[in-house]
Amino acid sequence: MKLRRHWSCTLRNRRELRRAKRFLFLLPSLVGVSCFVLLPFGQVTVSSFFTVLTGKFVGLRNYGEVFQNAAFGLAAANTARFIAVGIPLLLAGSLGLALMIHGISKPDKYKYLYLLPMAVPAATMALVWKLLFSGQGFLNRILGTHVDFLGQGSAFFILVGSYIWKNLGYTMVLWLAGLKSISDGILDAAKVDGAGKVKSFFLITLPCLKGSLFTIFVVSLLNSFKAFREVWLVGGAYPQRDIYMLQNVFYNWYVNLEQDKLAAGAVISAVILGTVSLLLQRLWDSGDR
Amino acid sequence: MRDSNGRRIRMGINMCLKIVSRCCVAGVGILVCAPLLLLLSGSLADGIEWNRRIQPLLRDSQEYIEWKWIPDYPTLENYKELLFYAPDFLVLFWNSVRMSFCILTGQFLVGVPAAWAFSVYRFKGRGVLFSIYIVLMLLPFQTTMLAKYLVLDGMGLTDSQWAVILPAVFSTVPVFLIYRGFQGIPGELLEAAEMDGAGQWDIFRRIGLPLGESSITAAFVIGFFEVWNMVEEPLAFLKSMPLWPLSLFLSQVGPQQAGRACAASAVTLAVSLFVFGMFRDSLEQGIVASALKM
Repeated sequence: MKLRRHWSCTLRNRRELRRAKRFLFLLPSLVGVSCFVLLPFGQVTVSSFFTVLTGKFVGLRNYGEVFQNAAFGLAAANTARFIAVGIPLLLAGSLGLALMIHGISKPDKYKYLYLLPMAVPAATMALVWKLLFSGQGFLNRILGTHVDFLGQGSAFFILVGSYIWKNLGYTMVLWLAGLKSISDGILDAAKVDGAGKVKSFFLITLPCLKGSLFTIFVVSLLNSFKAFREVWLVGGAYPQRDIYMLQNVFYNWYVNLEQDKLAAGAVISAVILGTVSLLLQRLWDSGDR
Repeated sequence: MRDSNGRRIRMGINMCLKIVSRCCVAGVGILVCAPLLLLLSGSLADGIEWNRRIQPLLRDSQEYIEWKWIPDYPTLENYKELLFYAPDFLVLFWNSVRMSFCILTGQFLVGVPAAWAFSVYRFKGRGVLFSIYIVLMLLPFQTTMLAKYLVLDGMGLTDSQWAVILPAVFSTVPVFLIYRGFQGIPGELLEAAEMDGAGQWDIFRRIGLPLGESSITAAFVIGFFEVWNMVEEPLAFLKSMPLWPLSLFLSQVGPQQAGRACAASAVTLAVSLFVFGMFRDSLEQGIVASALKM
Protein backbone atom coordinates (compact mmCIF):
# COMPACT_ATOMS: atom_id res chain seq x y z
CA MET A 1 0.00 0.00 0.00
CA LYS A 2 2.74 2.39 1.06
CA LEU A 3 4.81 1.69 -2.04
CA ARG A 4 1.86 2.32 -4.23
CA ARG A 5 1.31 5.69 -2.64
CA HIS A 6 5.00 6.47 -2.91
CA TRP A 7 4.92 5.57 -6.56
CA SER A 8 2.18 8.01 -7.23
CA CYS A 9 4.08 10.67 -5.27
CA THR A 10 7.10 10.48 -7.56
CA LEU A 11 4.82 11.29 -10.39
CA ARG A 12 3.57 14.51 -8.91
CA ASN A 13 5.62 16.77 -11.18
CA ARG A 14 4.25 15.21 -14.32
CA ARG A 15 0.83 14.83 -12.86
CA GLU A 16 -1.07 17.38 -14.87
CA LEU A 17 -0.15 15.77 -18.15
CA ARG A 18 -0.71 12.26 -16.92
CA ARG A 19 -3.99 12.86 -15.21
CA ALA A 20 -5.93 13.17 -18.42
CA LYS A 21 -4.33 10.04 -19.78
CA ARG A 22 -5.05 7.99 -16.67
CA PHE A 23 -8.60 9.12 -16.66
CA LEU A 24 -9.05 7.58 -20.10
CA PHE A 25 -8.82 4.13 -18.50
CA LEU A 26 -11.82 4.84 -16.35
CA LEU A 27 -13.76 6.99 -18.75
CA PRO A 28 -15.65 4.40 -20.83
CA SER A 29 -16.86 2.57 -17.77
CA LEU A 30 -17.80 5.77 -16.00
CA VAL A 31 -19.73 7.10 -18.98
CA GLY A 32 -21.60 3.82 -19.41
CA VAL A 33 -22.40 3.43 -15.74
CA SER A 34 -23.63 7.01 -15.47
CA CYS A 35 -25.60 6.76 -18.65
CA PHE A 36 -27.31 3.44 -17.95
CA VAL A 37 -27.61 3.41 -14.18
CA LEU A 38 -26.63 6.50 -12.22
CA LEU A 39 -28.38 9.26 -14.16
CA PRO A 40 -31.60 7.37 -14.89
CA PHE A 41 -31.65 6.20 -11.31
CA GLY A 42 -31.49 9.81 -10.26
CA GLN A 43 -34.47 10.45 -12.47
CA VAL A 44 -36.29 7.50 -10.91
CA THR A 45 -35.54 8.90 -7.47
CA VAL A 46 -36.99 12.25 -8.44
CA SER A 47 -40.02 10.64 -10.05
CA SER A 48 -40.70 8.65 -6.89
CA PHE A 49 -41.97 11.89 -5.32
CA PHE A 50 -44.46 12.53 -8.12
CA THR A 51 -47.35 10.66 -9.65
CA VAL A 52 -46.52 9.32 -13.07
CA LEU A 53 -49.84 10.04 -14.71
CA THR A 54 -50.44 13.65 -13.74
CA GLY A 55 -46.92 14.64 -12.72
CA LYS A 56 -48.23 16.08 -9.47
CA PHE A 57 -45.87 16.34 -6.50
CA VAL A 58 -47.06 13.95 -3.81
CA GLY A 59 -44.16 13.97 -1.37
CA LEU A 60 -43.71 10.67 0.39
CA ARG A 61 -47.07 9.20 -0.55
CA ASN A 62 -45.58 6.63 -2.93
CA TYR A 63 -43.30 5.43 -0.17
CA GLY A 64 -46.21 5.15 2.22
CA GLU A 65 -48.06 3.04 -0.31
CA VAL A 66 -45.12 0.72 -0.76
CA PHE A 67 -44.71 0.21 2.97
CA GLN A 68 -48.41 -0.50 3.40
CA ASN A 69 -48.47 -2.88 0.47
CA ALA A 70 -49.10 -6.41 1.77
CA ALA A 71 -47.21 -8.09 -1.06
CA PHE A 72 -44.18 -5.90 -0.43
CA GLY A 73 -44.24 -6.71 3.29
CA LEU A 74 -44.46 -10.44 2.67
CA ALA A 75 -41.71 -10.36 0.05
CA ALA A 76 -39.40 -8.21 2.17
CA ALA A 77 -39.82 -10.60 5.08
CA ASN A 78 -39.15 -13.60 2.83
CA THR A 79 -36.07 -12.03 1.28
CA ALA A 80 -34.71 -11.05 4.68
CA ARG A 81 -35.37 -14.55 5.98
CA PHE A 82 -33.70 -16.08 2.96
CA ILE A 83 -30.57 -13.98 3.44
CA ALA A 84 -30.54 -14.52 7.21
CA VAL A 85 -30.82 -18.30 6.85
CA GLY A 86 -28.95 -18.88 3.60
CA ILE A 87 -25.79 -16.86 4.03
CA PRO A 88 -24.75 -18.08 7.51
CA LEU A 89 -25.45 -21.67 6.47
CA LEU A 90 -23.46 -21.23 3.28
CA LEU A 91 -20.54 -19.54 5.04
CA ALA A 92 -20.39 -22.12 7.83
CA GLY A 93 -20.87 -25.10 5.52
CA SER A 94 -18.27 -23.99 3.04
CA LEU A 95 -15.80 -23.14 5.80
CA GLY A 96 -16.26 -26.62 7.27
CA LEU A 97 -15.73 -28.17 3.88
CA ALA A 98 -12.71 -25.99 3.21
CA LEU A 99 -11.16 -27.07 6.53
CA MET A 100 -11.73 -30.72 5.64
CA ILE A 101 -10.34 -30.34 2.14
CA HIS A 102 -7.42 -28.32 3.44
CA GLY A 103 -6.50 -31.29 5.62
CA ILE A 104 -6.41 -33.98 2.95
CA SER A 105 -3.77 -34.49 0.32
CA LYS A 106 -4.41 -33.95 -3.40
CA PRO A 107 -7.61 -31.99 -2.96
CA ASP A 108 -7.82 -30.82 -6.57
CA LYS A 109 -10.28 -33.31 -7.98
CA TYR A 110 -12.72 -32.63 -5.15
CA LYS A 111 -12.42 -28.92 -5.68
CA TYR A 112 -13.49 -29.24 -9.29
CA LEU A 113 -16.36 -31.49 -8.27
CA TYR A 114 -17.64 -28.75 -6.00
CA LEU A 115 -17.09 -25.94 -8.47
CA LEU A 116 -19.16 -27.77 -11.07
CA PRO A 117 -22.61 -26.55 -9.91
CA MET A 118 -21.54 -23.00 -10.80
CA ALA A 119 -21.86 -24.00 -14.43
CA VAL A 120 -25.36 -25.44 -14.12
CA PRO A 121 -28.01 -23.21 -15.71
CA ALA A 122 -30.91 -22.12 -13.54
CA ALA A 123 -33.41 -23.63 -15.93
CA THR A 124 -31.75 -27.01 -15.53
CA MET A 125 -32.03 -26.64 -11.79
CA ALA A 126 -35.69 -25.78 -12.06
CA LEU A 127 -36.34 -28.96 -14.01
CA VAL A 128 -34.47 -31.04 -11.46
CA TRP A 129 -36.46 -29.38 -8.66
CA LYS A 130 -39.73 -30.30 -10.29
CA LEU A 131 -38.73 -33.89 -10.86
CA LEU A 132 -37.37 -34.30 -7.35
CA PHE A 133 -39.89 -32.47 -5.22
CA SER A 134 -43.26 -32.48 -6.94
CA GLY A 135 -46.11 -34.54 -5.52
CA GLN A 136 -45.27 -37.56 -7.66
CA GLY A 137 -41.54 -36.90 -7.65
CA PHE A 138 -38.47 -38.72 -6.61
CA LEU A 139 -38.40 -37.72 -2.97
CA ASN A 140 -42.03 -38.78 -2.46
CA ARG A 141 -41.20 -42.09 -4.05
CA ILE A 142 -38.52 -42.68 -1.45
CA LEU A 143 -40.71 -41.50 1.41
CA GLY A 144 -43.81 -43.24 0.07
CA THR A 145 -45.90 -40.09 0.43
CA HIS A 146 -47.62 -37.62 -1.87
CA VAL A 147 -46.56 -34.26 -0.58
CA ASP A 148 -46.04 -31.38 -2.98
CA PHE A 149 -42.86 -30.03 -1.44
CA LEU A 150 -42.83 -27.07 -3.80
CA GLY A 151 -46.36 -26.04 -2.89
CA GLN A 152 -45.85 -25.50 0.82
CA GLY A 153 -43.45 -24.04 3.36
CA SER A 154 -40.72 -26.52 2.49
CA ALA A 155 -40.25 -24.68 -0.80
CA PHE A 156 -38.29 -22.10 1.17
CA PHE A 157 -35.82 -24.69 2.38
CA ILE A 158 -35.51 -26.17 -1.08
CA LEU A 159 -34.59 -22.70 -2.26
CA VAL A 160 -32.01 -22.30 0.51
CA GLY A 161 -30.70 -25.76 -0.33
CA SER A 162 -30.28 -24.99 -3.99
CA TYR A 163 -28.58 -21.68 -3.18
CA ILE A 164 -26.09 -23.53 -1.01
CA TRP A 165 -25.72 -26.29 -3.58
CA LYS A 166 -24.84 -23.81 -6.25
CA ASN A 167 -22.43 -21.64 -4.25
CA LEU A 168 -20.78 -24.15 -1.94
CA GLY A 169 -17.79 -24.79 -4.18
CA TYR A 170 -17.16 -21.17 -5.04
CA THR A 171 -17.29 -20.06 -1.43
CA MET A 172 -15.16 -22.98 -0.38
CA VAL A 173 -12.41 -22.02 -2.82
CA LEU A 174 -12.51 -18.50 -1.40
CA TRP A 175 -12.09 -19.86 2.13
CA LEU A 176 -9.31 -22.20 0.97
CA ALA A 177 -7.42 -19.21 -0.39
CA GLY A 178 -7.62 -17.61 3.03
CA LEU A 179 -6.56 -20.83 4.76
CA LYS A 180 -3.54 -21.23 2.51
CA SER A 181 -2.34 -17.73 3.32
CA ILE A 182 -2.02 -18.57 7.04
CA SER A 183 1.57 -19.54 7.59
CA ASP A 184 2.20 -22.94 9.12
CA GLY A 185 4.74 -21.30 11.41
CA ILE A 186 2.09 -19.61 13.53
CA LEU A 187 0.07 -22.78 13.87
CA ASP A 188 3.17 -24.81 14.76
CA ALA A 189 4.19 -22.23 17.32
CA ALA A 190 0.74 -22.44 18.88
CA LYS A 191 1.03 -26.22 18.97
CA VAL A 192 4.37 -26.00 20.75
CA ASP A 193 2.84 -23.61 23.23
CA GLY A 194 0.28 -26.29 24.00
CA ALA A 195 -2.77 -24.97 22.17
CA GLY A 196 -5.13 -27.72 21.08
CA LYS A 197 -6.68 -27.94 17.64
CA VAL A 198 -9.92 -26.31 18.73
CA LYS A 199 -8.16 -23.53 20.56
CA SER A 200 -5.80 -22.70 17.72
CA PHE A 201 -8.73 -22.74 15.29
CA PHE A 202 -10.62 -20.12 17.26
CA LEU A 203 -7.63 -18.03 18.28
CA ILE A 204 -5.53 -18.16 15.11
CA THR A 205 -7.30 -19.55 12.07
CA LEU A 206 -10.57 -17.66 12.44
CA PRO A 207 -9.03 -14.22 13.09
CA CYS A 208 -6.70 -14.73 10.13
CA LEU A 209 -9.66 -15.51 7.90
CA LYS A 210 -11.30 -12.22 8.76
CA GLY A 211 -9.52 -10.71 5.76
CA SER A 212 -11.28 -13.04 3.34
CA LEU A 213 -14.65 -12.53 4.95
CA PHE A 214 -15.44 -9.27 3.16
CA THR A 215 -15.14 -10.67 -0.34
CA ILE A 216 -16.87 -13.88 0.66
CA PHE A 217 -19.78 -12.06 2.24
CA VAL A 218 -20.17 -9.61 -0.64
CA VAL A 219 -20.10 -12.39 -3.22
CA SER A 220 -22.53 -14.53 -1.22
CA LEU A 221 -24.94 -11.63 -0.86
CA LEU A 222 -24.68 -10.90 -4.55
CA ASN A 223 -25.42 -14.51 -5.38
CA SER A 224 -28.29 -14.73 -2.91
CA PHE A 225 -30.24 -12.32 -5.11
CA LYS A 226 -29.73 -14.67 -8.03
CA ALA A 227 -31.72 -17.42 -6.34
CA PHE A 228 -34.67 -15.55 -7.81
CA ARG A 229 -34.05 -17.27 -11.12
CA GLU A 230 -34.98 -20.63 -9.72
CA VAL A 231 -38.00 -19.08 -8.02
CA TRP A 232 -39.12 -17.59 -11.30
CA LEU A 233 -38.52 -20.70 -13.36
CA VAL A 234 -40.33 -22.94 -10.89
CA GLY A 235 -43.13 -20.69 -9.72
CA GLY A 236 -43.51 -17.95 -12.31
CA ALA A 237 -44.89 -14.56 -11.28
CA TYR A 238 -46.74 -15.87 -8.25
CA PRO A 239 -44.76 -18.68 -6.62
CA GLN A 240 -45.53 -20.36 -3.33
CA ARG A 241 -46.04 -17.81 -0.50
CA ASP A 242 -42.78 -18.53 1.30
CA ILE A 243 -40.58 -18.01 -1.73
CA TYR A 244 -42.34 -14.89 -2.97
CA MET A 245 -39.32 -12.62 -3.17
CA LEU A 246 -38.88 -8.86 -3.47
CA GLN A 247 -37.80 -9.44 -7.06
CA ASN A 248 -41.22 -10.97 -7.75
CA VAL A 249 -42.97 -7.89 -6.38
CA PHE A 250 -40.82 -5.55 -8.41
CA TYR A 251 -41.28 -7.58 -11.54
CA ASN A 252 -45.05 -7.69 -11.08
CA TRP A 253 -45.16 -3.93 -10.58
CA TYR A 254 -43.09 -3.55 -13.72
CA VAL A 255 -45.43 -5.74 -15.76
CA ASN A 256 -48.52 -4.01 -14.38
CA LEU A 257 -47.02 -0.59 -15.12
CA GLU A 258 -47.24 0.52 -11.48
CA GLN A 259 -44.39 2.95 -11.93
CA ASP A 260 -45.05 4.96 -8.77
CA LYS A 261 -44.57 2.01 -6.50
CA LEU A 262 -41.72 0.61 -8.57
CA ALA A 263 -39.79 3.88 -8.34
CA ALA A 264 -40.30 4.18 -4.58
CA GLY A 265 -39.48 0.48 -4.08
CA ALA A 266 -36.30 0.80 -6.12
CA VAL A 267 -35.14 3.77 -4.07
CA ILE A 268 -35.92 1.99 -0.79
CA SER A 269 -33.99 -1.13 -1.76
CA ALA A 270 -31.08 0.90 -3.12
CA VAL A 271 -30.87 2.88 0.12
CA ILE A 272 -30.94 -0.26 2.25
CA LEU A 273 -28.35 -2.10 0.17
CA GLY A 274 -26.22 1.01 -0.11
CA THR A 275 -26.19 1.43 3.66
CA VAL A 276 -25.36 -2.22 4.21
CA SER A 277 -22.55 -2.09 1.69
CA LEU A 278 -21.08 1.13 3.08
CA LEU A 279 -21.21 -0.27 6.62
CA LEU A 280 -19.45 -3.39 5.39
CA GLN A 281 -16.73 -1.34 3.72
CA ARG A 282 -16.33 0.79 6.83
CA LEU A 283 -16.01 -2.32 9.00
CA TRP A 284 -13.59 -3.79 6.54
CA ASP A 285 -11.37 -0.73 6.44
CA SER A 286 -11.35 -0.25 10.20
CA GLY A 287 -10.35 -3.90 10.62
CA ASP A 288 -7.13 -3.01 8.82
CA ARG A 289 -5.79 -0.46 11.16
CA MET B 1 5.87 -47.33 27.21
CA ARG B 2 2.70 -45.48 28.12
CA ASP B 3 3.81 -42.53 26.09
CA SER B 4 4.26 -44.52 22.91
CA ASN B 5 0.86 -46.14 23.42
CA GLY B 6 -0.68 -42.71 23.75
CA ARG B 7 1.02 -41.59 20.60
CA ARG B 8 -0.20 -44.65 18.75
CA ILE B 9 -3.75 -44.00 19.85
CA ARG B 10 -3.49 -40.38 18.86
CA MET B 11 -2.13 -41.36 15.46
CA GLY B 12 -4.99 -43.81 15.05
CA ILE B 13 -7.52 -41.12 15.89
CA ASN B 14 -5.88 -38.75 13.44
CA MET B 15 -5.96 -41.43 10.76
CA CYS B 16 -9.65 -42.07 11.42
CA LEU B 17 -10.41 -38.36 11.28
CA LYS B 18 -8.62 -38.08 7.97
CA ILE B 19 -10.52 -41.00 6.48
CA VAL B 20 -13.81 -39.67 7.80
CA SER B 21 -13.21 -36.22 6.37
CA ARG B 22 -12.16 -37.67 3.03
CA CYS B 23 -15.36 -39.72 2.91
CA CYS B 24 -17.38 -36.65 3.85
CA VAL B 25 -15.75 -34.60 1.13
CA ALA B 26 -16.25 -37.25 -1.52
CA GLY B 27 -19.79 -38.06 -0.37
CA VAL B 28 -20.97 -34.46 -0.45
CA GLY B 29 -19.26 -34.06 -3.79
CA ILE B 30 -21.16 -36.95 -5.28
CA LEU B 31 -24.39 -35.62 -3.81
CA VAL B 32 -23.62 -32.29 -5.41
CA CYS B 33 -23.22 -33.83 -8.84
CA ALA B 34 -26.05 -36.39 -8.69
CA PRO B 35 -28.74 -34.14 -10.22
CA LEU B 36 -26.56 -33.63 -13.28
CA LEU B 37 -26.23 -37.36 -13.82
CA LEU B 38 -29.99 -37.79 -13.51
CA LEU B 39 -30.43 -35.13 -16.14
CA LEU B 40 -27.97 -36.67 -18.56
CA SER B 41 -29.57 -40.09 -18.27
CA GLY B 42 -32.97 -38.48 -18.71
CA SER B 43 -31.92 -36.88 -21.96
CA LEU B 44 -31.08 -40.29 -23.38
CA ALA B 45 -34.55 -41.76 -22.87
CA ASP B 46 -36.88 -41.58 -25.85
CA GLY B 47 -40.30 -39.95 -26.04
CA ILE B 48 -42.30 -43.12 -25.46
CA GLU B 49 -40.36 -43.99 -22.36
CA TRP B 50 -40.74 -40.46 -21.02
CA ASN B 51 -44.45 -40.55 -21.69
CA ARG B 52 -44.74 -43.64 -19.58
CA ARG B 53 -42.54 -42.20 -16.85
CA ILE B 54 -44.14 -38.81 -16.67
CA GLN B 55 -47.76 -40.01 -16.81
CA PRO B 56 -48.33 -39.75 -13.03
CA LEU B 57 -47.42 -36.07 -13.11
CA LEU B 58 -49.83 -35.29 -15.93
CA ARG B 59 -52.73 -37.34 -14.63
CA ASP B 60 -52.17 -36.35 -11.04
CA SER B 61 -52.52 -39.97 -10.01
CA GLN B 62 -51.13 -41.81 -7.01
CA GLU B 63 -48.16 -43.27 -8.84
CA TYR B 64 -44.72 -41.76 -8.95
CA ILE B 65 -42.50 -40.47 -11.68
CA GLU B 66 -40.16 -43.22 -12.65
CA TRP B 67 -36.55 -42.22 -12.78
CA LYS B 68 -33.85 -44.62 -13.79
CA TRP B 69 -30.12 -44.13 -13.86
CA ILE B 70 -30.00 -45.90 -17.20
CA PRO B 71 -32.92 -45.61 -19.63
CA ASP B 72 -34.49 -48.77 -21.06
CA TYR B 73 -33.53 -47.95 -24.62
CA PRO B 74 -30.79 -45.33 -24.62
CA THR B 75 -31.05 -43.17 -27.71
CA LEU B 76 -29.84 -39.85 -29.04
CA GLU B 77 -33.25 -39.15 -30.53
CA ASN B 78 -33.85 -36.10 -28.30
CA TYR B 79 -30.62 -34.49 -29.37
CA LYS B 80 -31.26 -35.26 -33.01
CA GLU B 81 -34.70 -33.72 -32.81
CA LEU B 82 -33.43 -30.68 -30.99
CA LEU B 83 -30.45 -29.97 -33.18
CA PHE B 84 -31.93 -30.83 -36.58
CA TYR B 85 -35.71 -30.59 -36.42
CA ALA B 86 -36.32 -27.75 -33.97
CA PRO B 87 -35.36 -24.50 -35.70
CA ASP B 88 -36.46 -22.36 -32.77
CA PHE B 89 -33.97 -24.08 -30.51
CA LEU B 90 -31.11 -23.29 -32.85
CA VAL B 91 -32.20 -19.68 -33.24
CA LEU B 92 -32.22 -19.21 -29.49
CA PHE B 93 -28.96 -21.08 -29.11
CA TRP B 94 -27.23 -18.68 -31.49
CA ASN B 95 -28.95 -15.75 -29.79
CA SER B 96 -27.32 -16.84 -26.57
CA VAL B 97 -23.95 -17.26 -28.22
CA ARG B 98 -24.14 -13.87 -29.91
CA MET B 99 -25.30 -11.99 -26.84
CA SER B 100 -22.73 -13.67 -24.60
CA PHE B 101 -19.98 -12.82 -27.04
CA CYS B 102 -21.01 -9.16 -27.34
CA ILE B 103 -21.43 -8.71 -23.59
CA LEU B 104 -18.16 -10.34 -22.65
CA THR B 105 -16.19 -8.46 -25.31
CA GLY B 106 -17.74 -5.20 -24.16
CA GLN B 107 -17.02 -5.99 -20.52
CA PHE B 108 -13.43 -6.71 -21.44
CA LEU B 109 -12.97 -3.41 -23.26
CA VAL B 110 -14.71 -1.37 -20.57
CA GLY B 111 -14.23 -3.24 -17.32
CA VAL B 112 -10.56 -4.23 -17.41
CA PRO B 113 -9.19 -0.69 -17.92
CA ALA B 114 -11.57 0.60 -15.25
CA ALA B 115 -10.36 -2.02 -12.79
CA TRP B 116 -6.79 -1.02 -13.65
CA ALA B 117 -7.52 2.64 -13.01
CA PHE B 118 -9.10 1.88 -9.63
CA SER B 119 -6.32 -0.40 -8.57
CA VAL B 120 -3.25 1.55 -9.65
CA TYR B 121 -4.09 5.24 -9.73
CA ARG B 122 -4.87 7.44 -6.79
CA PHE B 123 -7.16 10.23 -7.87
CA LYS B 124 -9.63 12.51 -6.20
CA GLY B 125 -12.93 10.86 -5.44
CA ARG B 126 -11.55 7.40 -6.06
CA GLY B 127 -12.80 6.01 -2.77
CA VAL B 128 -16.29 7.41 -3.20
CA LEU B 129 -16.49 6.24 -6.79
CA PHE B 130 -15.36 2.74 -5.93
CA SER B 131 -17.90 2.57 -3.10
CA ILE B 132 -20.58 3.51 -5.62
CA TYR B 133 -19.35 0.75 -7.92
CA ILE B 134 -19.61 -1.80 -5.11
CA VAL B 135 -23.12 -0.66 -4.24
CA LEU B 136 -24.14 -0.88 -7.90
CA MET B 137 -22.67 -4.34 -8.05
CA LEU B 138 -24.81 -5.46 -5.14
CA LEU B 139 -28.08 -4.03 -6.41
CA PRO B 140 -30.26 -6.76 -7.87
CA PHE B 141 -31.45 -6.24 -11.42
CA GLN B 142 -35.00 -5.43 -10.34
CA THR B 143 -33.87 -2.35 -8.46
CA THR B 144 -32.35 -0.72 -11.51
CA MET B 145 -34.84 -2.24 -13.95
CA LEU B 146 -37.02 0.87 -14.22
CA ALA B 147 -34.01 3.18 -14.62
CA LYS B 148 -32.58 0.99 -17.37
CA TYR B 149 -35.93 0.73 -19.05
CA LEU B 150 -36.28 4.51 -19.16
CA VAL B 151 -32.92 4.90 -20.89
CA LEU B 152 -33.46 2.05 -23.32
CA ASP B 153 -36.90 3.32 -24.15
CA GLY B 154 -35.48 6.77 -24.75
CA MET B 155 -32.90 5.31 -27.11
CA GLY B 156 -35.56 3.26 -28.86
CA LEU B 157 -33.79 0.02 -28.04
CA THR B 158 -36.49 -1.91 -26.20
CA ASP B 159 -37.27 -5.28 -27.71
CA SER B 160 -33.91 -5.50 -29.41
CA GLN B 161 -30.97 -7.52 -28.19
CA TRP B 162 -29.03 -4.34 -27.55
CA ALA B 163 -31.40 -3.72 -24.65
CA VAL B 164 -29.86 -6.72 -22.93
CA ILE B 165 -26.31 -6.26 -24.19
CA LEU B 166 -25.62 -2.59 -23.48
CA PRO B 167 -26.49 -2.41 -19.76
CA ALA B 168 -24.68 -5.69 -19.15
CA VAL B 169 -21.49 -4.35 -20.75
CA PHE B 170 -21.32 -1.71 -18.04
CA SER B 171 -21.86 -4.13 -15.19
CA THR B 172 -19.57 -3.34 -12.26
CA VAL B 173 -19.13 -6.94 -11.14
CA PRO B 174 -16.11 -7.69 -13.37
CA VAL B 175 -14.53 -4.39 -12.31
CA PHE B 176 -14.65 -5.50 -8.68
CA LEU B 177 -13.36 -9.02 -9.35
CA ILE B 178 -10.50 -7.91 -11.61
CA TYR B 179 -9.61 -5.02 -9.30
CA ARG B 180 -8.74 -7.51 -6.58
CA GLY B 181 -6.45 -9.33 -9.01
CA PHE B 182 -4.61 -6.16 -10.05
CA GLN B 183 -4.11 -5.28 -6.38
CA GLY B 184 -1.74 -8.22 -6.18
CA ILE B 185 0.78 -6.65 -8.56
CA PRO B 186 3.63 -5.20 -6.48
CA GLY B 187 3.97 -1.43 -6.62
CA GLU B 188 7.77 -1.63 -7.12
CA LEU B 189 7.26 -3.28 -10.45
CA LEU B 190 5.08 -0.47 -11.72
CA GLU B 191 7.49 2.05 -10.29
CA ALA B 192 10.42 0.43 -12.09
CA ALA B 193 8.54 0.42 -15.37
CA GLU B 194 7.71 4.06 -14.87
CA MET B 195 11.39 4.86 -14.24
CA ASP B 196 12.34 3.09 -17.43
CA GLY B 197 10.09 5.47 -19.26
CA ALA B 198 7.23 3.16 -20.09
CA GLY B 199 3.99 4.94 -20.90
CA GLN B 200 0.79 4.33 -18.98
CA TRP B 201 -0.69 2.29 -21.78
CA ASP B 202 2.44 0.15 -22.10
CA ILE B 203 2.48 -0.54 -18.38
CA PHE B 204 -1.13 -1.63 -18.54
CA ARG B 205 -0.61 -3.82 -21.58
CA ARG B 206 2.81 -5.30 -20.79
CA ILE B 207 2.55 -5.66 -17.01
CA GLY B 208 -1.08 -5.33 -15.97
CA LEU B 209 -2.69 -7.67 -18.44
CA PRO B 210 -0.19 -10.57 -18.17
CA LEU B 211 0.04 -10.43 -14.37
CA GLY B 212 -3.67 -10.01 -13.87
CA GLU B 213 -4.45 -12.75 -16.36
CA SER B 214 -5.85 -15.35 -14.00
CA SER B 215 -8.23 -12.98 -12.27
CA ILE B 216 -9.33 -11.55 -15.61
CA THR B 217 -10.00 -15.05 -16.90
CA ALA B 218 -11.85 -15.98 -13.73
CA ALA B 219 -13.98 -12.86 -13.90
CA PHE B 220 -14.92 -13.68 -17.46
CA VAL B 221 -15.63 -17.33 -16.82
CA ILE B 222 -17.93 -16.27 -13.99
CA GLY B 223 -19.33 -13.61 -16.29
CA PHE B 224 -19.98 -16.21 -18.95
CA PHE B 225 -21.94 -18.44 -16.56
CA GLU B 226 -23.90 -15.35 -15.64
CA VAL B 227 -24.72 -14.33 -19.20
CA TRP B 228 -25.38 -17.84 -20.38
CA ASN B 229 -27.93 -18.09 -17.57
CA MET B 230 -29.61 -14.75 -18.07
CA VAL B 231 -33.26 -14.81 -17.04
CA GLU B 232 -34.27 -11.47 -15.58
CA GLU B 233 -32.91 -9.09 -18.22
CA PRO B 234 -34.38 -10.71 -21.34
CA LEU B 235 -37.60 -11.33 -19.46
CA ALA B 236 -37.98 -7.64 -18.80
CA PHE B 237 -36.68 -6.19 -22.06
CA LEU B 238 -37.33 -8.74 -24.80
CA LYS B 239 -40.94 -9.28 -25.71
CA SER B 240 -40.62 -11.32 -28.89
CA MET B 241 -39.51 -14.89 -28.58
CA PRO B 242 -37.13 -15.03 -31.60
CA LEU B 243 -34.87 -12.63 -29.71
CA TRP B 244 -34.72 -14.70 -26.52
CA PRO B 245 -31.64 -16.47 -25.23
CA LEU B 246 -31.62 -20.18 -24.63
CA SER B 247 -32.02 -19.81 -20.88
CA LEU B 248 -35.59 -18.57 -21.38
CA PHE B 249 -36.42 -21.29 -23.91
CA LEU B 250 -35.90 -23.91 -21.25
CA SER B 251 -38.57 -22.31 -19.12
CA GLN B 252 -41.07 -22.75 -21.94
CA VAL B 253 -40.72 -26.50 -22.36
CA GLY B 254 -43.49 -28.23 -20.43
CA PRO B 255 -43.28 -31.56 -18.66
CA GLN B 256 -44.91 -33.20 -21.68
CA GLN B 257 -41.61 -32.83 -23.45
CA ALA B 258 -39.41 -33.80 -20.54
CA GLY B 259 -36.98 -35.68 -22.74
CA ARG B 260 -36.53 -32.65 -24.93
CA ALA B 261 -36.17 -30.41 -21.90
CA CYS B 262 -33.48 -32.69 -20.52
CA ALA B 263 -31.64 -32.67 -23.83
CA ALA B 264 -31.90 -28.88 -24.11
CA SER B 265 -30.63 -28.55 -20.55
CA ALA B 266 -27.82 -30.92 -21.35
CA VAL B 267 -26.78 -28.87 -24.39
CA THR B 268 -26.88 -25.65 -22.35
CA LEU B 269 -24.94 -27.34 -19.63
CA ALA B 270 -22.44 -28.84 -22.07
CA VAL B 271 -21.38 -25.40 -23.26
CA SER B 272 -20.93 -24.21 -19.67
CA LEU B 273 -19.02 -27.35 -18.80
CA PHE B 274 -16.78 -26.94 -21.81
CA VAL B 275 -15.88 -23.43 -20.68
CA PHE B 276 -15.48 -24.69 -17.12
CA GLY B 277 -13.16 -27.48 -18.24
CA MET B 278 -11.05 -25.19 -20.39
CA PHE B 279 -10.50 -22.59 -17.73
CA ARG B 280 -10.93 -24.42 -14.46
CA ASP B 281 -7.37 -23.79 -13.29
CA SER B 282 -7.40 -20.07 -13.95
CA LEU B 283 -10.90 -19.95 -12.55
CA GLU B 284 -9.64 -21.30 -9.27
CA GLN B 285 -6.51 -19.13 -9.25
CA GLY B 286 -8.57 -16.09 -10.09
CA ILE B 287 -11.06 -16.77 -7.32
CA VAL B 288 -8.12 -17.20 -4.96
CA ALA B 289 -6.66 -13.88 -6.09
CA SER B 290 -9.97 -12.13 -5.50
CA ALA B 291 -10.14 -13.39 -1.92
CA LEU B 292 -6.73 -12.22 -0.79
CA LYS B 293 -6.47 -8.74 0.48
CA MET B 294 -3.30 -6.86 -0.27
